[in-house]
Amino acid sequence: MILTREVAELKRPEDVVRVRQVARALALQAGFGLVDQTKIVTAVSELGRNALIHGGGGTATLEVIEEGIRRGLRIVFRDEGPGIADVERALQDGYTTSGGLGIGLGGARRLMNEFEISSSPGKGTTVTIARWK
Amino acid sequence: MSTKSILPELVRRFEAEILNDWMREQRAAITLRADLLTDAELARQSAEFFAAFQAGLQGQDLGEITGPAWGTARDLLKEIARLRSRQGFSLSETATFVFSLKQPLFALCQRELEREAVLLVGELWTISVIIDKLGLFTAESALAAREEIIGRQQAELLELSTPVVKLWDKVLALPLIGTLDSNRTQVVMESLLQAIVDTGSSVAIIDITGVPTVDTLVAQHLMKTVSAARLMGADCIISGIRPAIAQSMVHLGVSFTEIVTKATLADALRHAFARTGVSVSRQAAG
Repeated sequence: MILTREVAELKRPEDVVRVRQVARALALQAGFGLVDQTKIVTAVSELGRNALIHGGGGTATLEVIEEGIRRGLRIVFRDEGPGIADVERALQDGYTTSGGLGIGLGGARRLMNEFEISSSPGKGTTVTIARWK
Repeated sequence: MSTKSILPELVRRFEAEILNDWMREQRAAITLRADLLTDAELARQSAEFFAAFQAGLQGQDLGEITGPAWGTARDLLKEIARLRSRQGFSLSETATFVFSLKQPLFALCQRELEREAVLLVGELWTISVIIDKLGLFTAESALAAREEIIGRQQAELLELSTPVVKLWDKVLALPLIGTLDSNRTQVVMESLLQAIVDTGSSVAIIDITGVPTVDTLVAQHLMKTVSAARLMGADCIISGIRPAIAQSMVHLGVSFTEIVTKATLADALRHAFARTGVSVSRQAAG
């Protein structure tokens, strides 16, 4: 069950900051503690910037969800960029095409409980992450 | 407009009455900001704009507010919008200045054209078109003024947010606050390197207590700054890493190897003292 949903655009670098703020507010609303909030916000920052830099912009859908007695936060990043040819390789630490550290994607996976990525060249990329309380 | 509007004639004849009603309308509106605008100032703005409004009505095409006849009115609205944006009016509060003129004009037409329904509808439509366009123009001007303010503030923030302070002989501190994007990192790095040269410092403490999120980009920016400082002959200490951020960084896989990191600025300063050979002792009481 979705308790709250926010959709944010990722078109400019400032948008990453805004999505982070929305994520922090929703994590707080879902009842996450400070450590979990920070983990979620960090993962959102990584994936939001990926969608912007590699995907040429997209959207982030943030949802506070409830399943039975557990509550969590799910975020879906969608872009219609060039897509990722080799997802496995992109997930490896140290692999980068942008001159960054190359640990953002794998790091986001480690920061969250659930991580799903679907991408095919030319069709864009969708990353879904979730963290449960 | 096919038939000639009698609006200019009507407005001229009841000039004083309309202005009076309009002022009353504005004073009664919930959007009135008596705290920001004095009554005398409001009366002056209203009278000036009303005169310009009448001048606009003398033009060829009434509904075309981009024409030369409306030039004075447009300039006035732009000025008022800019003034009010700076004073802190909201967009609707600013636009209401123009929109509230609709009511007195409607009331006047209704009264004067009571028996001429067709004419009345035509005139009401004309008023609506003109006032709506002028209102939107005002709102757009206010928005443009606000964007100008935001742009200026951003530039100011960039300057403000990067103070390099001298803590001790040969010890600098750089308290970072907010988001570290590429632009800011550039400014931060430049001011730090310049300060290292100017003061001949050998230790620089970068305090990130005020940085809410440390992701890979921020980490990379920090590492670059540290490397650059090292090339200038200064060692960097990163302090102010809060517990939640430390845990996130570990999961993320960021490690500041080869960089001295401390939990608090005080720890960092102690380390810097040790490095520069300064010893601090407490004087015995009494």
